[in-house]
Amino acid sequence: MSAAADPAPAPDTVLATPHTEVGAPIVRITALRKSYGDHEVLKGIDLDVMRGEVVAIIGKSGSGKSTLLRCINGLEVFQEGSLIVDGKPLLHDSALAMRELRQRVGMIFQSFNLFPHLTVGRNVMLAPRLVKKRNAAENEARARKLLERVGLAEKFDAMPDQLSGGQQQRVAIARALAMDPGVMLCDEITSALDPELVGEVLRVVESLAEEGMTLLMVTHEMNFARKVADRVIFMHQGRVHESGAPDAIFGAPQTPELKQFLSSLHD
Amino acid sequence: MVDFTLWDIVRNLLLAARWTVILSVIAFIGGGLAGLILLVLPLTGNRVAELAIGGYVQVFQGTPLLMQLFLLYFGIALFGVDTSAWTAACAALTLYSSAYLTEIWRGCVASIPRGQWEASSSLALSFGQQLGHVILPQALKVAVPPTVGFLVQVIKGTALASVIGFVELTKAGGMIANVTYQPMLVYGCVALIYFALCFPISLYAGSLERKLNVGRR
Repeated sequence: MSAAADPAPAPDTVLATPHTEVGAPIVRITALRKSYGDHEVLKGIDLDVMRGEVVAIIGKSGSGKSTLLRCINGLEVFQEGSLIVDGKPLLHDSALAMRELRQRVGMIFQSFNLFPHLTVGRNVMLAPRLVKKRNAAENEARARKLLERVGLAEKFDAMPDQLSGGQQQRVAIARALAMDPGVMLCDEITSALDPELVGEVLRVVESLAEEGMTLLMVTHEMNFARKVADRVIFMHQGRVHESGAPDAIFGAPQTPELKQFLSSLHD
Repeated sequence: MVDFTLWDIVRNLLLAARWTVILSVIAFIGGGLAGLILLVLPLTGNRVAELAIGGYVQVFQGTPLLMQLFLLYFGIALFGVDTSAWTAACAALTLYSSAYLTEIWRGCVASIPRGQWEASSSLALSFGQQLGHVILPQALKVAVPPTVGFLVQVIKGTALASVIGFVELTKAGGMIANVTYQPMLVYGCVALIYFALCFPISLYAGSLERKLNVGRR
């Protein structure tokens, strides 16, 4: 981890260095509440995520776990509470502040959401070129390195629809990494994949975790959560119902709701 | 009695057809520019603009183009502004085109999956960058065939400008038919000229559609 603590990243490291110190909270969520009309989906969430921490969020569908994740980069607007990412507060009303914050947060979606009209390389290079004004040669070199990082160096000029789902998701990971995020949000990123393609994506995510990337992931892959996460959060009816180390959550669940949720997975 | 050769008829019709073409081009370009603005405004999340533009589109789609021409031609005159048939025809056809093009393009933008907006948002792109680099390039592929198809509607729509006295192809045809006493021949030629204008455009729309589908695979 010594390389990650260095203020300037070594030229050959692929991940950028966040502004937050190692071991300090990089995401701070305080008393966050969100509702759709009368229906409250998040009922007061307090959550600090330390830099370099890997947090898995589990729970039934409708428990608010995806909504929470989407609040962190402002895709969902919340009504109460505050949220700070890598020193940047989330201010819905300021387009500039939102873009500042979103440069610190990468997101990977269940449905990949690659830009179908652009080649793989251009998918990765688009945002750094437009938002960070990175020069063309540097941008291309970085995109090639990131694609190599996810095992797709030879697909630079391919179109997204020529790739398998697993390959598309790995391009999406490279695309998010190209913006040098301090935090990566993964929203059920393997749920749309054929079973045989899940492994290649999870291996990339796992390697990111090993390199010290802060990860928040909503996942149904319990084995993966258990293996990679530092902390598991069980959400139930819009609240953090139980949280702790993976062994405690999966091995010794405390609340009846978590016990029921875990046993329902084995049916 | 003066004799008119076929060439006399065709030559005069072709001269009048210029005005049909010019009127179509003005209506299409003016309507396209206005339509683009009306397309983008509601996307910024402005509810008032969205409702106002929705109403505008409904009004122009829900009334005959002929009424729009009459209302503009006689309506503007009520305010003491002297309107030529040319101005009224240009204005009416431009408004008419803008309403239809807005609606066609709105559907094309709406057909782009929400995930494209979300992915480009989460990559910190600004609204303008999202539109210019992600949404519109994809919407364009869907939009080209119906847009070119609509151009054919505009060309045929210009025929209605004849009723407020604007001398374009149809009006010229009427005048020539009156002096030659050969309405079948004259109107036949008029129809052929319209067809000669519209058919290549329809062919082009078809080939564009095939080409764009190949690109998309």
